[in-house]
Amino acid sequence: MRRIEVHIGHYGSGKTEISLNRALELAGAGEKVTLVDIDIVNPYFRSGEQTELLEGAGIEVLRPTFEGTNLDIPSLPAEIQRVFVEKDRRIVFDVGGDPAGAAVLGRYVRYFAEEPAEVYVVVNTLRPWSTSVEEICWMTGAIAERCRLPITGMIHNTNLARQSTPEQLVKGQELLEAAARQLSLPVVRTYAQASVIEKLPTAFRDRLGISLKPLSIYTRPEWLDLEADVE
Amino acid sequence: MSKILMKGNEAIAEAAIQAGCRYFFGYPITPQNQIPEYMSRRLPQVGGCFLQAESEVAAINMVYGAGGAGARAMTSSSSPGISLKQEGISYIAGAQVPCVIVNMMRGGPGLGSIQPSQSDYYQATRGGGHGDYRCVVLAPSTVQEAVDMMAEGFDIADQYRIPVILCGDGMLGQMMEPVEMGRYTPRKLPEKTWATTGMGSRKTPNIINSLYIDAAILEQKNAELAAIYDEISANETKWESYRMEDADYMVVAYGTTARIAKSAITKIRAEYGIKVGLLRPMTLWPFPSAAIAEAAAKVKAVLTVEMSTGQMVDDVRLAIAGSKPVEFLGRSGGMIPAPREIIDKLVEMAGGKA
Repeated sequence: MRRIEVHIGHYGSGKTEISLNRALELAGAGEKVTLVDIDIVNPYFRSGEQTELLEGAGIEVLRPTFEGTNLDIPSLPAEIQRVFVEKDRRIVFDVGGDPAGAAVLGRYVRYFAEEPAEVYVVVNTLRPWSTSVEEICWMTGAIAERCRLPITGMIHNTNLARQSTPEQLVKGQELLEAAARQLSLPVVRTYAQASVIEKLPTAFRDRLGISLKPLSIYTRPEWLDLEADVE
Repeated sequence: MSKILMKGNEAIAEAAIQAGCRYFFGYPITPQNQIPEYMSRRLPQVGGCFLQAESEVAAINMVYGAGGAGARAMTSSSSPGISLKQEGISYIAGAQVPCVIVNMMRGGPGLGSIQPSQSDYYQATRGGGHGDYRCVVLAPSTVQEAVDMMAEGFDIADQYRIPVILCGDGMLGQMMEPVEMGRYTPRKLPEKTWATTGMGSRKTPNIINSLYIDAAILEQKNAELAAIYDEISANETKWESYRMEDADYMVVAYGTTARIAKSAITKIRAEYGIKVGLLRPMTLWPFPSAAIAEAAAKVKAVLTVEMSTGQMVDDVRLAIAGSKPVEFLGRSGGMIPAPREIIDKLVEMAGGKA
């Protein structure tokens, strides 16, 4: 496992929640962790908004210069360069969605050349542009081209928010594994809400082993899901 | 059709395509950029045309042209961009061209903020541009409802030959929810015999225009439009009534704010035993005045909640004509009211107890 982990993927695939969960998991295991929010395309539901939660867990957060303000300007602080020098820290990058969001990584290509990172593509097979092997391969290729980094693995995050089911996850796993085979990449982790994990078939859970991880949801306001209950 | 997880903005774009919209003209602005982005990728797949115009003014006039030729056309923007489109919208209303305009509202005035807001209520419901005209204004509160309303919006536009505005806030555009396309059953609509599609076998040309040199003729035109607006008011007014059956207090809120209000209502009933219900306008114009007046007659007081400093509250007050106290709770500039703020206000209105 490399020291730096980068989460890229289609927007809305779950990169931010997974970055938050991963940073908290590493911090919980006693690591010194920095979460780098370099999402410069998405204005809402950002990991940088969770600074209180993260700093409470001892995680350092680096965010875009004007993040959370009215300035729609894609400016990143020079401080981010520090993560390539401080070799005793674990680094989690939360990158913006789509090829457009991944392009920002190109700025750090020479640092990643010196110290290769794990670059994971996050996929939710119930999102548009991610619902077939062809679409997943196309999206992954387009992002890889723009971020100029070799992709090292895929992360599975099939969900329908509060309407998620174990069946969706099992089907999504098959689909993503088929796409990953075509791309010659491993599926390194699968995330699901605890309520889904407990209802998964035992054989599926056993096969995935420790690569199956519970996902806590941090960025959704609670009032957002009331409607789902009403329906 | 099976459900997928979509952002509000993406879902609105896909719903438009499924409703037969093949022409999108726009200019980027946060927080609605996923609409043009999605359209730029999807429209070429279905033989449509995505065009990023040189400005919002150009974009709305391209919609005017495409709509005038009988095509289903749309544009989308956020508050400052919608301001720029107003002249075109007035022309479209005057020429009776059907089209759909999406406004994902952000904080204002001026360049404002990129965070969610509902402060374009006046602009959307009071004309926005010049002249005696109306736009039908739809206000979805979930991504699924935005999908359904987008489909119906194109039908309403065609049926009455009127611009339809789908008014969401930035939050609705960015939130992700499970959605199903194609739930809406399309209306049977008359052929667009007025469209400028070439003479064909006609003897007189179709003309799309909003210029009337003779005042008396323009007055006649205004009367015709007013008659259509009356018909729309009678047929298309929509609202949702939520837990109003036994309510002593009524909240009036729309869009995202209505969802926060629902959350507050569930909590206040459980924590304080105060019986609160919600009346949610689904059309901001025509406004559900009669429904609000009828519901208000059965409660002690009314609370209007908006992401503005108080705009829809005017229509609520007009609707109930002073028969009950109307209080207001608003957040603005891009701030979102929390369920707790609504609860505190309602508890205060109820005299601090059930």
